[in-house]
Amino acid sequence: MELLRFATAGSVDDGKSTLIGRLLFDSKSVFEDQIEAVEKTSEQMGADYTNLALLTDGLRAEREQGITIDVAYRYFATPKRKFIVADTPGHTQYTRNMVTGASTADLALILVDVRKGITEQTKRHAFISTLLGIPHLVLCINKMDLVGYEKEAFDRIRSDFADFAAKLQIHDLAIIPISALHGDNVVNRSLNMNWYGGASLLHHLEEVHIGSDRNLIDPRFPIQYILRPQRDDYHDYRGYAGTVASGSFRVGDEVLILPSGFSSTIIEINGPQGSLQEAYPPLSVAMRFSEEYDVSRGDMICRSGNQPKVAQGIDAMICWFTPDSFLESKRKLLLKHSTNPTRCLVDDLVYRLDINTLHREESVERLTMNEIGRVKLRTMKPLMFDAYKDNRSTGAFILIDEDTNDTVGAGMILGPTD
Amino acid sequence: MNYEITHLDVLESEAIYVMREVVAEFERPVLLCSGGKDSLVLLHIAKKAFSPCKLPFPIMHIDTGLNFPEVIDSRNQLEKIFDCRLLVASVQESIDKGRVKEEDGPTPSRNKLQIVTLLDAIKENRFDAVFGGARRDEEKSRAKERFFSFRDEFGQWNPKAQRPELWSLYNGRHRQGEHFRIFPISNWTELDVWRYVGKENITLPSIYYAHERKVFERDGMLLAAEHVQSSPEEEIFSAMVRYRTLGDANITGAVLSAATNIGEIINEIVSTRLTERGATRADDRVSDAAMEDRKVEGYF
Repeated sequence: MELLRFATAGSVDDGKSTLIGRLLFDSKSVFEDQIEAVEKTSEQMGADYTNLALLTDGLRAEREQGITIDVAYRYFATPKRKFIVADTPGHTQYTRNMVTGASTADLALILVDVRKGITEQTKRHAFISTLLGIPHLVLCINKMDLVGYEKEAFDRIRSDFADFAAKLQIHDLAIIPISALHGDNVVNRSLNMNWYGGASLLHHLEEVHIGSDRNLIDPRFPIQYILRPQRDDYHDYRGYAGTVASGSFRVGDEVLILPSGFSSTIIEINGPQGSLQEAYPPLSVAMRFSEEYDVSRGDMICRSGNQPKVAQGIDAMICWFTPDSFLESKRKLLLKHSTNPTRCLVDDLVYRLDINTLHREESVERLTMNEIGRVKLRTMKPLMFDAYKDNRSTGAFILIDEDTNDTVGAGMILGPTD
Repeated sequence: MNYEITHLDVLESEAIYVMREVVAEFERPVLLCSGGKDSLVLLHIAKKAFSPCKLPFPIMHIDTGLNFPEVIDSRNQLEKIFDCRLLVASVQESIDKGRVKEEDGPTPSRNKLQIVTLLDAIKENRFDAVFGGARRDEEKSRAKERFFSFRDEFGQWNPKAQRPELWSLYNGRHRQGEHFRIFPISNWTELDVWRYVGKENITLPSIYYAHERKVFERDGMLLAAEHVQSSPEEEIFSAMVRYRTLGDANITGAVLSAATNIGEIINEIVSTRLTERGATRADDRVSDAAMEDRKVEGYF
């Protein structure tokens, strides 16, 4: 069975929780005791029908306020695929949650209320999905039942979105008219919308081709941990453990170790199921090399003919997460990139991006919580990286405040600074 | 060569990555082991993550004194099977030392008491990373749990002040006295765990499989007559049952089952209509937010 991770986003009343509740319910992933609990609570709240949204609102504060505060993860499976859903809240102030949920997603599912059409929120979510490099986008036009399942309303929104989408790099887009409340086009094709010739949402989630989304071209293996058994039978054993970030590695391959620049040959690969001839993402393995140089955590294994950039100046898009401080020039932060943490200095805030208009504001001094901007950073030691658009693994980093230890920002590398 | 990878392989590699990251970045990790299926899966993965080295951390059992004897038997073999150090922290000792007070009533639960025993043991041993087998699908408040879950110097969880987790870049920075709970199998479901147990041939305590037992019914749960005092109007009968979760023997219910092997259990889970906690745990039935409240205080 294949695994698909998707992130959902929508405004408060777009029916996102209802849709997820519907997917879980119709795929038989919720159980009687959960339904009973939800029915009881719905009754107490005076609702006329079972509020499927209650299935997903986890924390007490959320149920009390009727909002979702944090990214929540849900699981369901069909005979074809297992799904991990990152359910992200839609409020304006929670851009950081959308970024978090999107960072690991193969697909983004954005909900639009057919009566409201494309809103600033929709644009923001579509933009964040592309900024985070999610390969597949699904726009669900919800509440079709409230417009009599009419094709015209759907077509209008589709063409509005096409105008906006032209500004973004969207590789794969599906637009599906649904009613989450009544289940139209969620699991089964709706009889109320015969004019729609596409797949139901679940069918699309099961069939969308994700096999080519991984980067299998550029070999990158960040060293995570070194296995040195203190045992006589493994006297000289050194296993270099890590998770393949991209590309593939075979026994016998000549590889390059960065930053030292030494070459060596892979003589053994051990995976979770034992000895392997080849390792590829996202397998966690341990490799042994023919020559034993001083290799440590944070080093990067690649090939001489295909190397990452090595630089101390990087140009990146940043999303700022904290209300406690700002991102501004001259600020020092900790940066964690792959298995290689280092200190960094903000050299320059190039611009802040208005994520509603995609306008670049160059005269700003700082980024505040939930804002996105382009910065130039200088790191204390060299980073070995690729552009985020080519490699979501070696192109990403987080920023940490050294005083509070909080994670305060997420970064996507554009390239080295000149 | 095709590069297809199954969801179980992805989840296994994810868990290995998380464990190695913790050992690389923390000073004193420990793995909490209840003897149940989730913690045994965790141990099995830990062994793979560090092979051919020995486990680079000890394992710890919080012994409530109310465990099923089958679980204790299985726990006592872990040191030998996994070639590791086993620590046992005892709730009875916490009671004897006056750190906690036994609940009143005929069947006192030690479920809440063990929070103190656990936090005391973490403090005494100066553990800074505590692996646990919790999964996000188990319970609503766990759906928002992180892989690296921050606990303050009182061992408390603050659901509103969790660090965002992006990609697979974990931030485990902490001050002295603070610690992290680490959940490498966060993304696994009950079914994933059982499929993995089957695929990897992991030995579990025998009471996970159907066996004959004297039970009685209380609040829709089947309790073991051997471990829980029944009242005169509660009728004791013999039935084929198995346990889906292994909490304390006095609060964990069995389910009727004929499943004596993994294949039959998987078939049962696929067709069951109750969650594992809803079906078998009295502790989570107290209120809609029972688990959330215990987690805030420092529960597993």
